[in-house]
Amino acid sequence: MDGTETVLTGREAIAVRHLGKHFGGAGSVVTALSDIDFTIHEGEFVVVVGPSGCGKSTLLRILAGLLPQSEGEALLHGTPITGPRRDIGVVFQSPVLFPWRSVLGNAMLPVDVQRLGREKLRTRAFDLLKLVGLDGFEHRYPWELSGGMQQRVALVRALIHDPALLLMDEPFGALDAMTREAMNVELQRIWMERRKTILFITHSIGEAVYLADRVLVMTPRPGRILDSLTIDLPRPRGLDVMNTEGFGAYVRRIRVALNATGGLD
Amino acid sequence: MRARDFVLRLIFIAALLAVWEALVRVLDVPAYLLPTPSAIGRALVRGITSGLYEEHVGVTISETLLGFVVGTLGGLLLGTAVALSRRFDYFIYPIIVMFQAMPKVALAPLIIVWFGLGITSKVVNAGLVCFFPLMINTIVGLRSAEEDRVSLMRSLAASPLQIFWMLRVPNALPYIFAGLEIAMIFALIGAIVGEFVGAEAGLGMLIQSMNFSMDVAGQFSVLLILSVIGLVLNSLVAVVRRRALFWDPSSREGGGRTRLPAPRQQEAL
Repeated sequence: MDGTETVLTGREAIAVRHLGKHFGGAGSVVTALSDIDFTIHEGEFVVVVGPSGCGKSTLLRILAGLLPQSEGEALLHGTPITGPRRDIGVVFQSPVLFPWRSVLGNAMLPVDVQRLGREKLRTRAFDLLKLVGLDGFEHRYPWELSGGMQQRVALVRALIHDPALLLMDEPFGALDAMTREAMNVELQRIWMERRKTILFITHSIGEAVYLADRVLVMTPRPGRILDSLTIDLPRPRGLDVMNTEGFGAYVRRIRVALNATGGLD
Repeated sequence: MRARDFVLRLIFIAALLAVWEALVRVLDVPAYLLPTPSAIGRALVRGITSGLYEEHVGVTISETLLGFVVGTLGGLLLGTAVALSRRFDYFIYPIIVMFQAMPKVALAPLIIVWFGLGITSKVVNAGLVCFFPLMINTIVGLRSAEEDRVSLMRSLAASPLQIFWMLRVPNALPYIFAGLEIAMIFALIGAIVGEFVGAEAGLGMLIQSMNFSMDVAGQFSVLLILSVIGLVLNSLVAVVRRRALFWDPSSREGGGRTRLPAPRQQEAL
């Protein structure tokens, strides 16, 4: 971690090669992922979309170093991911905040775990909390916040140690539709400001098209990447982009691809 | 509203005592079976003013507190060992459970033989009785950390020691405090039972000797003191708990004192 946030678009951030994952053993092997291949460039916002059970969460857990793959390899900046790494930030489906820590304390959790410079990063935590609209809430506790606010704290926590890669596993899936849209707008704004490499997972086609530079379409049993689709819509995208012809065309194309394989029930 | 409730409660208790007093007098119940509340009150005042209760109260409280400290420390240590070490769990835990199945108060006579009539045997007895609830709650608490939270810590490349101190221990605190509240009352029971079996001082011994002299009113007055002691000791733990666990739902609701924390999940509020 060098602390800089320069944009180096074009360089490979993540390279996934022939990645496979099997669960179980001795007779009843379930293949969750099969022959996954893709590359994510630095600063790119890539969204993986697929129905539930297509193995997209498994893919994310492998990239986060929480789960070993069965075959193939995943590289982050050229080095294989063999376990949890400090240069990756993860946002889970639920905020996973510790109720005994304040908002600031939760945001600083990576700093405490990785024994980074507390003083400097405290200032950064205040900045990031302001960035997500939580200034003034630093000393509140998670139970005093709404679901959307809690997930924003989780986002700050994932960004605090300035990771090279942000992994997001359906982070807004538990929120109501309106909060979810607002969070998407905000995430796009934060991404445009910070230009992190993001791998975002969702089962919402609309969310995928709205957020992504590129959408990877996944199908289940076994989980495979069916299609890679570059979303060529100008940024910043307002919510009204969803009513445009171009947006609709992307959504239709993804839906058709998923339907063709029986991916959508 | 609350003041009125409080007054109503006092009136209700006073009415109960009045009915008791009247029934005993009207039915002419002998004093060695059931004394009147006024006789119990007189015995209480006599015991306190003569300084008789003072020494015994001190002895019983010391035994209870020392037994509480010894027993809960033991429960914390063993509980942690069982929760953390699979080997310890496999070999030691069944023995501890077997030991727990036996009523510890049945051990009291043996403990008096081993540790004498003094305070030590009561401390041992109290410690043994309050050891188990704390051990069980420590084990359950340390093991109850949610999978998501463990994943989060792991994704940050936290060491097992960090996961223990930064996640498992705070996560176990509600369980441990629930165990401490129970253990405090258990320690008092252990101390009293020890005194019943054989002691030189203490409220349990006092009850025994009053029983021999058929001083039933005196016994009731000691029972009253014992319940006050139990209440105060329990509230002490409860106060510390509410301070330490300000973040726990059971503290925030303000109600329910000795409720065991339910398996909790962090749902969106």
